[in-house]
Amino acid sequence: MDCLDPVRKALLDDLDEGFAELYGVHRDVVFSTALRLSGRWADAEDLAAETFLRAYRAVAGYDAERIAALQTRPWLLTILMNIWRNCARAKSRKPPPDLREEPMEVVDPREGVEDAALRKETGDELAGLLAQLPEEQRLAVVLRHVADLPVVEVATVLKIPQGTVKSHVSRGLKRLRTLGGVR
Amino acid sequence: MNDDPLLARLAGLAVEAPAGLLDRIAARWIAVPSPIGELSVAWTARGVAYVHEGDGFTGAFRSRFGRPLMPATRPPAGLVPALRTGRLSGLALDLEELGDFQRDVLRAVQAIPRGEVRPYAWIAARAGRPGAVRAVGTALARNPVPLLVPCHRVTRSDGALGEYVFGPAAKQRLLLAEGVDLGRLDGLARERVFYLASDTTGVVCFPTCHNARRITPAHRHGFRTLGAARTAGYRPCRTCRPDLQAA
Repeated sequence: MDCLDPVRKALLDDLDEGFAELYGVHRDVVFSTALRLSGRWADAEDLAAETFLRAYRAVAGYDAERIAALQTRPWLLTILMNIWRNCARAKSRKPPPDLREEPMEVVDPREGVEDAALRKETGDELAGLLAQLPEEQRLAVVLRHVADLPVVEVATVLKIPQGTVKSHVSRGLKRLRTLGGVR
Repeated sequence: MNDDPLLARLAGLAVEAPAGLLDRIAARWIAVPSPIGELSVAWTARGVAYVHEGDGFTGAFRSRFGRPLMPATRPPAGLVPALRTGRLSGLALDLEELGDFQRDVLRAVQAIPRGEVRPYAWIAARAGRPGAVRAVGTALARNPVPLLVPCHRVTRSDGALGEYVFGPAAKQRLLLAEGVDLGRLDGLARERVFYLASDTTGVVCFPTCHNARRITPAHRHGFRTLGAARTAGYRPCRTCRPDLQAA
């Protein structure tokens, strides 16, 4: 078991200590993905919290062999993706919200005035453009270039072939350049 | 590292998880002293969720709440005094996981003053289901926060102490520690006395009501049922409300 990373080693040792390790290593990637999928800070908090809770409940039922084989990052992001898709499906059954009354808002409550100004110049605009991409392209671009996953992991998370991941990403990037006027 | 400005800007959309996120996922726990020995206590961002006695704390918490548990370095403010006195004084409880009836039962239990006891039927009536005495027993047996919600103050109408989450011996210790005269209660029960009335005030009470404890022997009258006391001309005490239960 020497080849195991610290997260899996800790999970095998003690579920709660292992979870602390899992959370410490993956919290930023899970939260960032949740934020760029949902587009809202509060939704991202709900989504990320639910992801970690479900992960904990799932791993509580896994045997040692399964934990030892766990690829923790794509596994967590797969859980997140399932929750996100179920939410989106549940929302689509309700009457559609009036988008003009619900502006996309990505505000970190901790950020100061200068940070907010900086975000307006860079993040906000690009995040808005991301929201205009078709879902499959947006998921692929967020996982590949915001969460910084290798293509093989994106393919695992989205359950599509690596070639398809590459084409979603390149079409998504092309569209972002057109939309944003970025070369 | 990234020559492509778009890729660099996308990478810049990654953020740090907010500091408070973990508290929405995991509960904290600590071992604290109490009148019946050391207890393990777990709490969430909403309040204290679980009080456990003895071994098997983490396993019991996990199967009941399905939430990660992390050690804390200090208890929430007010926890230790609340365990000692059974008075919360602002300490928040997290009873989210409970059903409506169980929450109503626990709220009714919180109305029993320190040093007094009430029968299960009284709790059932206050929880809005006068007939559900057995269900009250079940709800109290699953009280996630004993001592903080003082279910040790609920006893059987025949004078026996009844069951307790942490066992009958702990119930006895807790009641003695808060000054309930169990010997006297037992003596009354042997004489089939479950209500005490005063012929100076014309009021009938549960024996542990602070009004009943003030009655001098010369003016004290014992009754087996509330009906008998009423027939004799006594009205139910407005403090301990013995009328609040199915006859």
